[in-house]
Amino acid sequence: METWIYIEYAAWGLSALFGLHMVVDWLKTDSTYSEDVLTSSREGELEAMTEDSHKG
Amino acid sequence: MAQTDITSAERDGMGPHGTKVGLLRVLGPAHVWALGVGIVLVGEYMGWNFAVGKGGAYAALMACWFAGILYSCVAMIDSEVTSTVAAAGGQYTQAKHIIGPLMAFNVGLYLVFAYTMLEAANAITAGYLVSVVATMTGYGGELDQRPFIILVIMFLAWLNYRGVLATLTFNLVITAIAFAAIIVLFISTSGIVGDGIMQHAALFEGHEKPYGWIGIVAAMHFGLWFYLGIEGTTQAAEEVRSPARALPFGTLAGIMTLLIAATLTWYICSGVLPWEFLGDGVNGSVAPLFDTARLSGSNALIWFLGIGTLFATLASANGCINDASRAWFALGRDKYLPAWFGAVHPQYRTPYRAIVFLVPIALIFALGAPLDQVITFSILSGLLGYTFMPLNILMFRKKWPMGTIKRGYEHPFHPIPAIVLLSLCGFTFFAVFLGYGTQLVAMIGFYIVVSLWFHFWRYRFVNRGAQFTMPWPKPQGY
Repeated sequence: METWIYIEYAAWGLSALFGLHMVVDWLKTDSTYSEDVLTSSREGELEAMTEDSHKG
Repeated sequence: MAQTDITSAERDGMGPHGTKVGLLRVLGPAHVWALGVGIVLVGEYMGWNFAVGKGGAYAALMACWFAGILYSCVAMIDSEVTSTVAAAGGQYTQAKHIIGPLMAFNVGLYLVFAYTMLEAANAITAGYLVSVVATMTGYGGELDQRPFIILVIMFLAWLNYRGVLATLTFNLVITAIAFAAIIVLFISTSGIVGDGIMQHAALFEGHEKPYGWIGIVAAMHFGLWFYLGIEGTTQAAEEVRSPARALPFGTLAGIMTLLIAATLTWYICSGVLPWEFLGDGVNGSVAPLFDTARLSGSNALIWFLGIGTLFATLASANGCINDASRAWFALGRDKYLPAWFGAVHPQYRTPYRAIVFLVPIALIFALGAPLDQVITFSILSGLLGYTFMPLNILMFRKKWPMGTIKRGYEHPFHPIPAIVLLSLCGFTFFAVFLGYGTQLVAMIGFYIVVSLWFHFWRYRFVNRGAQFTMPWPKPQGY
């Protein structure tokens, strides 16, 4: 059954596409935004905002 | 999702600590349930039956229930602490706040290793399942499993990269189908609908304890397989809309689901398959629920359980990518690892660098390491994590007694769950040592070496004040 040979090729092809999409988008994102913005995440933002509103 | 200029004046400094791009809070309790149960349910479809090989069917049932107690303690303790420390990283973040940096670093690595190894094991299994389908459809050649193993990892990593809501909604659908398949198999084969095919009495006669009590102890190692990964719900803490409600609700519903699924799985399979066949997960029953469906003689059940097996495998790999990347991201954000890993994608709001970085690591294990070794290292890393939890909750209750900090859930009978969990972990370490002593010693040696590296080298790069941004009151005694 040759169908499974084609399915194997399709799996290789799709894997390459998914991988390529991630790498291209990653490089595009890194060149568009500054490192300060990309790594600005801090834990506890929601909790801190709740604390602020309670204090207010 | 529309393009948004996150550097605009409107969005700049969206949080009190200056977060300009953070993880997206879009998940509900159902997603938390899907994350926890999704990671675990593959253990019902395959793997748990090695416990039968260690000590017979009764030993596997005892392992199933003792491990169920162990994980119920894990779920209750996690629910209390994580509803308070609602941040990515789960147990890593708990350890950082409650015990200290060295414990946190180790716990972070346990999480990343446990989930990445489990992801690799799932990808190997998915490749094997595709080859079974090829054989069943009449393919006579030797199917190359590698492209399917790689496709599973690439597709699920891509899905995780694109956004957490789609990722965990996908998990919710396929996990629900896989769980429904177990229920339908139980109803169809137990005699509730139509004629039953269960033969418990005949199959158990003369095989109650084939290897005596030591076999029952050894079975505990694989009893973990029924529930391994439910603690992963905590990794969604920073992405749920209401952490105090969604995390305890999703986690506790998850462990209840698994207790039902595990007991039904044992009942169905041990009543149909002889223990010698059931207990040999390599040359005997690789996928016991699927094998039971085949013996039922119903084509519809065979297809349903076949799909259930594949969906359970995909759901587990998907959840593992989600959890490993959150743990790696949290380590990077606190500079326990290079801060570069602590980046969030401005459009998809996912830890995209952590997701991409872990892809080749998963591929190396999936394509280059034997399945049983990969699974053993995953179990050992998980077990080290569970051993930390009782110490964590004891210190948490001591430093922040009831009433000093708002908890989304308060677990009952403290400190009994912590003591039971610690005792069962000790018991399981002994069970693992019986079968995999060398790997256990090698794993502990590895964590000692990386701990020394962290203490004497890496910790100097950590911004010690900036890692604690959670607005908690000062602990008692400080």
